[in-house]
Amino acid sequence: MMKRLMNIFKKQSDLTTILLFAAGVLTMPIWLDPIGANYPDLLQKFVIFGIFAVGYNILFGLTGYLSFGHAVFLGVGSYTAVWSFKLFTMNVLPAMLFATLISGLIAAAIGFVSMRRSGIYFSILTLAFAQMFYNLAYSVLIPITNGETGLQLRMHDIRIIDNYFSDPVPGLPSTEFFGMSMNGYSGFYFCAVVLILAFYVAMKIFRSPFGLKLKAIKSNQHRMRYIGSDTRPYLITAFIISGMFAGLAGALLAVTDPLAGAERMQWTASGEVILMTILGGVGTLFGPLIGVGVIKYLENIFSAINDAVLHNFFSFMPLWAENLLVAITAPFVGEGWHLTLGILFMVIIIFLPGGLMEGFQKIKTRYLTKSMKDSESTTKQE
Amino acid sequence: MSKPVLKISNVNKSFGGLQALRDINLEIERGKVHAIIGPNGAGKSTLLNVLVGLLEPDSGSVTFNGGINVIGKSPHEINQMGLARVFQTPEIFPDLSLLENVMIPAFSKRDGAFHFQLFRSLASETKITQEAKEVLASVGMEAKADETAGSLSRGDKRRLELAMCLIQHPDLLLLDEPTAGMARHDTNKTIELLKQIKEGGMTKIIIEHDMHVVFSLADTISVLSQGAIIASGIPDEIRGNPIVQEAYLGGVEL
Repeated sequence: MMKRLMNIFKKQSDLTTILLFAAGVLTMPIWLDPIGANYPDLLQKFVIFGIFAVGYNILFGLTGYLSFGHAVFLGVGSYTAVWSFKLFTMNVLPAMLFATLISGLIAAAIGFVSMRRSGIYFSILTLAFAQMFYNLAYSVLIPITNGETGLQLRMHDIRIIDNYFSDPVPGLPSTEFFGMSMNGYSGFYFCAVVLILAFYVAMKIFRSPFGLKLKAIKSNQHRMRYIGSDTRPYLITAFIISGMFAGLAGALLAVTDPLAGAERMQWTASGEVILMTILGGVGTLFGPLIGVGVIKYLENIFSAINDAVLHNFFSFMPLWAENLLVAITAPFVGEGWHLTLGILFMVIIIFLPGGLMEGFQKIKTRYLTKSMKDSESTTKQE
Repeated sequence: MSKPVLKISNVNKSFGGLQALRDINLEIERGKVHAIIGPNGAGKSTLLNVLVGLLEPDSGSVTFNGGINVIGKSPHEINQMGLARVFQTPEIFPDLSLLENVMIPAFSKRDGAFHFQLFRSLASETKITQEAKEVLASVGMEAKADETAGSLSRGDKRRLELAMCLIQHPDLLLLDEPTAGMARHDTNKTIELLKQIKEGGMTKIIIEHDMHVVFSLADTISVLSQGAIIASGIPDEIRGNPIVQEAYLGGVEL
């Protein structure tokens, strides 16, 4: 019995994995409710940054190439999507398609140049590109990006397709998917379905000979060349794919809130996705998503906790203890949430270099071997 | 005589003032095991690096399989021609399982230098999986198929690397000191293994220090000294050659 259970864990077929994943994502409003994370804005962020991280993991997790400039594609995706809203239609589908394609093209250009180097030099090149785009957005590219104000929808945008089929309605139009509104929970469910599809693509890549070759490049690129694989096109392909995932995530950010600003492309945003990936577990399918969950939760929920909440939380204690505990914990919440994140990050890097997924793996094997032993001993007694 | 697998003509290579290879001429016959021996610094590794495209010679030509030029090609192109190499320090994929280690070269051989197909499932690659298991079994490592390659002993890593080359069925296999740093027991195991492959008819070039290995495996031997081939022939000729004894074997009775 236990053995069969272990086999199920070991050899999850593609179908069971994706079904379990879909169930988990779509029920998020239910199981995130008790920890106070069930509101559409945050749920949307979870799944959108989930797409970003899953895509980033295809590059960083499989090939080991640490890009410091992936926020560029997030920004490019957002700008492209908003332009699609302004020029063509408020339907989100074309916006997402354009965003994915254009960020793919830009990823091809950046990847082509950056992949000439590896290791730290590759990281620096991607960082240089990212900062270049970031600064251009505030200077030369203002006609496209609208500078510091950010790119917004306007009443008199042309919207060729929408205006051709129907008369303009008064007020700012909102994004829609064939009539389905992209606000609130419906926006979340839409993004969730996109995440499930994106995750499926990533899973297929992970479990393909192509993915295995990427892992081999990470493990020993020298050997890979000497058994006849040209590693450069593989690396550039991985870079482009992860760039397209990021572009898609950027488009969804604009879908749920049609506004694009250059701060999305700052290097800190690139750093955030690296943190998410490492925190959850580099190179694992689910790890980056867990990382996204932890970081976005801390950023949105933990940062909202103030002294009053803490006093309320510790109110069952005597007053002096309550005050003491509030004084101790206060620096770690509210604006100090970065401190908690920093400590958590350090603890994980030191004790679980494989991220939270490594921790789960350890618990799972410990539990399973223990229960295996238990079932063996009971059969012996029988 | 059949056409040689590899033909090296008038190859010269120097690093600054040092002439590492002088006017090397060599033909490797199909199905034969050719050993290249020589003292340290004789130019053995330089020659090998020229053959695999790591170094470009100053002059001369290296042709493979009846006239295909090797010089100036990148390592993956030369491998795709049918030349595989075992390194002096084992080059494997330490983070992957043994089975995966052996499957990857098979994919490289089948798919070519670059193959863009994202969604083929690994689980459906039964043919290559089966083949990889057989090759692992042929080097006696089928029991460890799911282990991580990085945890293997040095001798096992070498055997794994050999399996990775064998699954490609190369026209020419280059072995750079295949028993370097191995215990006697492991060395003997490796010799047995290489003998088995020899019966399969694979052409090999072995670079080796260990005379025991060389004389038990090689069909022909070339002796390098100071960048030049000073003698070439079957083992018995080499054994009795006074110049060789002087230059390399140091007059030791063999």
